[in-house]
Amino acid sequence: MLEKTGVPTKEQVMNEFPDISRINEGPVVVIECFKEIPCNPCTIACKFDAIHIGEDINKRPEVTEDNCIGCSVCLSKCPGLAIMLVDGSKSEEYVHMTIPYEFYPLPEEGDIVEGLDREGEFLEKVKVLKVTNPKSYDRTPLVKLEVSRKYMYDFRNIRLEEM
Amino acid sequence: MINTDIAIVGGGPAGLCAAISAAESGAKVTLIERNDELGGQLVKQTHMFFGSEKQYASTRGIDISDILLEKLEGHKENVTIMKNTTVLGRYEDGVITGMIDENKYLKFNPEALIVATGATEKFLGFPNNDLPGIYGAGAVQTLMNVYGVKPGDKVLMVGAGNIGLIVSYQLMQAGVKVEAIIDAAPNIGGYLVHASKIRRMGVPIYTGHTVKEAIGSDHLEKAVIWQLDDKWQPIEGSEKEYDVDVMCVSVGLSPLNELLVMAGCEMEYVPELSGNVPLRNEDYETTVENIFVAGDSCGVEEASSAMVEGYLAGLTAAAKIGKIHPQYEEKKADYIKQLDDLRSGPVGKHIRSGIDKIVRR
Ligand SMILES: Cc1cc2nc3c(=O)[nH]c(=O)nc-3n(C[C@H](O)[C@H](O)[C@H](O)COP(=O)(O)OP(=O)(O)OC[C@H]3O[C@@H](n4cnc5c(N)ncnc54)[C@H](O)[C@@H]3O)c2cc1C
Repeated sequence: MLEKTGVPTKEQVMNEFPDISRINEGPVVVIECFKEIPCNPCTIACKFDAIHIGEDINKRPEVTEDNCIGCSVCLSKCPGLAIMLVDGSKSEEYVHMTIPYEFYPLPEEGDIVEGLDREGEFLEKVKVLKVTNPKSYDRTPLVKLEVSRKYMYDFRNIRLEEM
Repeated sequence: MINTDIAIVGGGPAGLCAAISAAESGAKVTLIERNDELGGQLVKQTHMFFGSEKQYASTRGIDISDILLEKLEGHKENVTIMKNTTVLGRYEDGVITGMIDENKYLKFNPEALIVATGATEKFLGFPNNDLPGIYGAGAVQTLMNVYGVKPGDKVLMVGAGNIGLIVSYQLMQAGVKVEAIIDAAPNIGGYLVHASKIRRMGVPIYTGHTVKEAIGSDHLEKAVIWQLDDKWQPIEGSEKEYDVDVMCVSVGLSPLNELLVMAGCEMEYVPELSGNVPLRNEDYETTVENIFVAGDSCGVEEASSAMVEGYLAGLTAAAKIGKIHPQYEEKKADYIKQLDDLRSGPVGKHIRSGIDKIVRR
């Protein structure tokens, strides 16, 4: 399916998520890099030894969840924009999800935007908690959102409402 | 007549790196580029590149070009840059001719020649494929990212390779609606991370589909696509129509290397390398002595490999004419290792088998 449509199956996605207990402890990366390609900036970006590819740069990245502190540096470094951050430590009802977002206009803190799934379908309205765009991110801003827990495995994108 | 140790044709990543490494070896280099800007394909690549750190992975293509130009600047005493100069041919005595500013002819007499002319886009045959509004992906990207001009409002992208996927994403960043991406192949050819990135913007990707026809009086108004069966035959009744003013055709590249053919280099058609390519040795020297090649012109690949091939060809071409870099062996081994690493995975498999057909040891 992924090879034909660009949409991974729910199972493929779930496999990349850490246990819910780890998610509830604090922020952790989820990497959706399903195909072996010659690429390794994520490992170079990670200063905590949480992402491993090894000698052969064609291998898929492996995450050591316990080493990940959720610094989010790798999110803006991945050329495939395949990394996001999930944090379930903040509330029972919501998870905080941080995604790279390279479109103008950027949303602003406090905005309500449309939360989308991996096919670009509307899931629910989500609140923008933070937008970070320092020079070191090199024009790949990160947007942190408040997403209902039930959509944790579906949410992957946002759309700003028409102005 | 312009005398030079090494003439390099093409100022893309391969040509730039060849110039840097030949100049570093002590050769006098003349770098000849037909455009008014160096950088080749890089000048329109606004996305972050894949690869490893050594080839500036995660840096945007437009910035890689600047990094290489800065490196080249460091060797300026050995480098002459000729822009707006198109190399037109090569004589039997090794003299090459170029045209500068579209009106003046020049002759160059190099001891060695490195051809790094890149690749040219393939096109598709279908009724009305000459309607205005039907572009190659290169033209769309140049309009948008070099000149800041929107190519249109609604696009059908034909081709789900990396270029089709990346250009679709950039069109959306420019505020253009991409109605769909289609590809005749049964699977997406480009990296899946790129496909997912566009799919989650709501753009459908239809594999196993091709263009039936374009419709319009004096410009494109509609595009009709249809599905292919498993023998690649169109299925009657599967047509879908899109109201689009742009169709972007991105169905692959083939190596641009007529200069090598003209020079008498032995060529072979190698599908894995996307077309006619020169036979060469491990030093990237062709079957005509002192003519070297690097980058997409000897096999369509990536900027990452084009850069490393450029460094290698610059190093070996310089050595061939007696300008041997003090760390020649070390550098050569490093470049060969980098190329092997880039090509070692499943994506590089067809490149490896293509290269096996053309390398004479
Ligand atoms: C949309 C798109 C996305 C890409 N994304 C990536 C990516 O993420 N990562 C990656 O590694 N690669 C990527 N690539 C591929 C990469 O851009 C090319 O592989 C690379 O540019 C090839 O380098 P080159 O120097 O061989 O050729 P080019 O960059 O094509 O340069 C050739 C140069 O030669 C000049 N020239 C040609 N003929 C003549 C002549 N007769 N006289 C004088 N000058 C001449 C041309 O004007 C040009 O400047 C992408 C390509 C495209 C189109």
